[in-house]
Amino acid sequence: MKSTYRRFISLVAAAIFSATGATTPLAAQTVTTINGAGATFPYPMYSKWFDEYHKLHSDVQINYQSIGSGGGIRQVTEGTVDFGATDGPMTDEQLAKVKGKILHIPTVLGADVPVFNVEGVADLNFTGPVLADIFLGKITKWNDPAIAKINPKAKLPDAPITVVHRADGSGTTYVWVDYLSKVSPEWSAKVGKATSVNWPVGLGGKGNEGVAGLVKQTPNSIGYVELIYAKQNSMTFGAVQNKAGKFVKADLASVSAAAAGAKIPADYRVSITDAPGAKAYPVSSFTWLLIYEKNPPEKGKIIKDFLNWMVDKGQGMTQDLSYAPLPENVKSMVKKTIKTISSANNAGGANNGR
Amino acid sequence: MPAAPITVAEKRTESKNQRLTGPRERASDRSFRWFVEGFGWLIIALAVTIGIALAIGSRLTWSKFGASFLWASDWDPVADKFGALPFIYGTLASSALALLIAIPLGVGSAIFLAELAPRRISDACTFLIELLAAVPSVILGLMGIFLLVPAVRSVEPTLIKFLGFLPFFKGVPYGVGLLTAGLILAIMILPFITVIAREVLLAVPRPLKEAMLALGATRWETVRGVSLPYARSGIAGAVFLSLGRALGETMAVTMVIGNTPKISWSLLDPAYSMASVIANELTEAVGDLHLNSLIAIGLTLFGITVIINGVARLMIYRVSQRGAA
Amino acid sequence: MNGYSLRRKVVNRIMFGLTAFCALISLSVLFVILGYITYRGLSSVSWDFLTKLPKPIGESGGGIANAIVGSAKIVGLASLMGIPAGVLGGIYLSEYGQNKTGFLIRYAADVLTGIPSIVMGLFAYILVVIPLKHFSALSGSVALAIIMVPVVLRNTEEFVRLVPNTIREAALALGVPQWKVVLLVVLPTASRGIITGSLLAVTRIAGETAPLLFTSFGNPFWDNGWMNPIAALPHTIFTYAISPYDELHRQAWAAALILIGFVVAVNAGTRILLRPSTGAST
Repeated sequence: MKSTYRRFISLVAAAIFSATGATTPLAAQTVTTINGAGATFPYPMYSKWFDEYHKLHSDVQINYQSIGSGGGIRQVTEGTVDFGATDGPMTDEQLAKVKGKILHIPTVLGADVPVFNVEGVADLNFTGPVLADIFLGKITKWNDPAIAKINPKAKLPDAPITVVHRADGSGTTYVWVDYLSKVSPEWSAKVGKATSVNWPVGLGGKGNEGVAGLVKQTPNSIGYVELIYAKQNSMTFGAVQNKAGKFVKADLASVSAAAAGAKIPADYRVSITDAPGAKAYPVSSFTWLLIYEKNPPEKGKIIKDFLNWMVDKGQGMTQDLSYAPLPENVKSMVKKTIKTISSANNAGGANNGR
Repeated sequence: MPAAPITVAEKRTESKNQRLTGPRERASDRSFRWFVEGFGWLIIALAVTIGIALAIGSRLTWSKFGASFLWASDWDPVADKFGALPFIYGTLASSALALLIAIPLGVGSAIFLAELAPRRISDACTFLIELLAAVPSVILGLMGIFLLVPAVRSVEPTLIKFLGFLPFFKGVPYGVGLLTAGLILAIMILPFITVIAREVLLAVPRPLKEAMLALGATRWETVRGVSLPYARSGIAGAVFLSLGRALGETMAVTMVIGNTPKISWSLLDPAYSMASVIANELTEAVGDLHLNSLIAIGLTLFGITVIINGVARLMIYRVSQRGAA
Repeated sequence: MNGYSLRRKVVNRIMFGLTAFCALISLSVLFVILGYITYRGLSSVSWDFLTKLPKPIGESGGGIANAIVGSAKIVGLASLMGIPAGVLGGIYLSEYGQNKTGFLIRYAADVLTGIPSIVMGLFAYILVVIPLKHFSALSGSVALAIIMVPVVLRNTEEFVRLVPNTIREAALALGVPQWKVVLLVVLPTASRGIITGSLLAVTRIAGETAPLLFTSFGNPFWDNGWMNPIAALPHTIFTYAISPYDELHRQAWAAALILIGFVVAVNAGTRILLRPSTGAST
């Protein structure tokens, strides 16, 4: 009994120590790890960028975790990460809580699309007010006259609409409700816009996957997901009527058109939903990196270098992953902003404990 | 043993080399006792600290809403209005459903494994059931989404057709909902109940059982008359342990409960549990009141666990007083 | 008399049939789970998968090597912290704990096991991450250790309690001091149960996701020491599973297979290592 006991303990100890000892592949060189957290929507793009950058600079690891836009904002405020990322810009209130200044740096463009699952219907048009009423629970059946009017050729069934939304707070939600707030005064008054809202009706799915899964499996349902997601999963999504009155389906061109028509302020915090322009897709959005204006010397240098690379080389990689690149005018603005990032010693919040 | 009785004086001089049966304790024994007691206190300190941390982290909510937070049912992050009732309902209802399913199954399996199956098969089966306990909840969540939800969705129309007159079975066949959450929780707690109940049943003293059999009872009557009453407190302990597990289960439930903060009688409707709302919204809660309210729900869960454990302790204490355990 | 005894025999048969059926259901649930994971994940497991780092979306051929190693490290450290604490506390409970303090400890342990693991992660976040202003493997281990301790504690108490008093009294009668009796006689006798329980606790925390979301954080590269974020297997499974990409789903099932494989292997290994050498049973 005792010897089995002893044998076992030594086995376990050996396993632990060998695991700890054997896994120091980084011991040979000093590696700098830069940690970031935030939006899920641009995660595929960011993971590609950070991987490519690591290939060019093997002593730099940029570790990005997509915990959601709100999470990114909060961690940046707490100072536990070196940068954040968000689909919904920080409000003045939130910025005031951070020690030091935060810069919003736009990276790519994306869009939310209305995905649906109605048998026999391959394409649908929606207007902003119709979408708002569906998500408010005022339009409850697929063959409602409001829907039929804008879809004369579709065979709409007499079935109740099952609404699906995000259960977790997210930038995807923010963009969607931001748009609904603009096109429906009732939505704006009753529900409002934030990363997490009090949905009047519907099922909650966790993550894009949760929403898409529910829509795919529930007949006569409707939900919203990011364009990239819908494309990758071959989901049916509809066209939305833009400010100019045209029904536009989301794609790289229409999303870029939405940004082209927008006025970009100096701090880049702008909403481009319901953008003007005949070709613009109305539920588009920028996504931003949240960078401290002041960073510790080594990290600041790396961050600046990465951002410059992102604007030059990184933008060329966006289309393969179905993201729209930044418009040219925005790119030149960003380059100037990057110069204002300092790598002096007194940093915002993210410099302790290194 | 010495042949002649030892006087008190002689006892004292021999104290260094002999173990005394009196109240004196050696220094080494005392330090050892304190040493291990320290770790016991560590547990208490942990529980208390967590409780305090939760209380401090949620003070905004309590100061704004007071105790009415617990029975308010609005959850509106935009309007800054929060109420915990839908989540309390979801957690309690899904756990109750899970117990309803898992206790008969678990105790039944335990009886089979302890009393009827040959020892080898019993050991093998117990090993397999312990494996079920070891399945991580993330993996159960995956199974939930891809297997359980579609399966429940295909069964629900039948339930609605035949049992729809009961308020428990009205509604739309979503697939996700209270029923599915209860089922997945049942899968999670079933092995705990089974294994512990089996252990307890095996610990029933043989003479008791043999006496019963000698009197002409059947095996089942022995189980019913002797083993189960003897094992009652142990099984109750297993039930409460499982209830604790079910109340706090996060990932698997989040993926199948529907995540809708509404209270309804129907098992087919989606619901929301306390642990799920924390998991879903914690990473994204930006507003202070929102964050505080989520932590307040954590504190409520903590409070419910404390109460349930208190009741369990009381029950087990009473039973042991009666001498059945 | 005869009709009555026949009825009792029939009832006997029926009840045992029912219980056998219950056991069958429990077992089939397990087989469905294991079978389905194998079905979805086996084809994706390869040497590359086990030894390579993850690749960004859109590129195939990524692996989960860093997640496997990361899990091993976090769980290892957590066990080093949690098992001794739990065992020693459990010893106290069974040997000296039939008093008010013991009652409080048991109560606290039951409460701790009922706290959702995400709350434990939040606690570790407040305790370790915020003061250090850094996500780290260490904070992940702390969160897991806190989850582990009450489980190991209750389990140890139970098995040490089961050691018959005759063994204790025999040792005491020979003049062995109490503390030696506990450590060198009682504990080894109960070791089978304690080790089994501790290993089950290890597999339990190896599968925990929620506490790691806010502590060890995740890392697509090899980890950079205990004070930096690190990847972990269940965290990777979860992130991949809720992602919108079929490629990542495929990897999630394969990673799930690895995790379940580890759990099964440890459980089976425990059985083999602790095969009873004598007729003594707990």
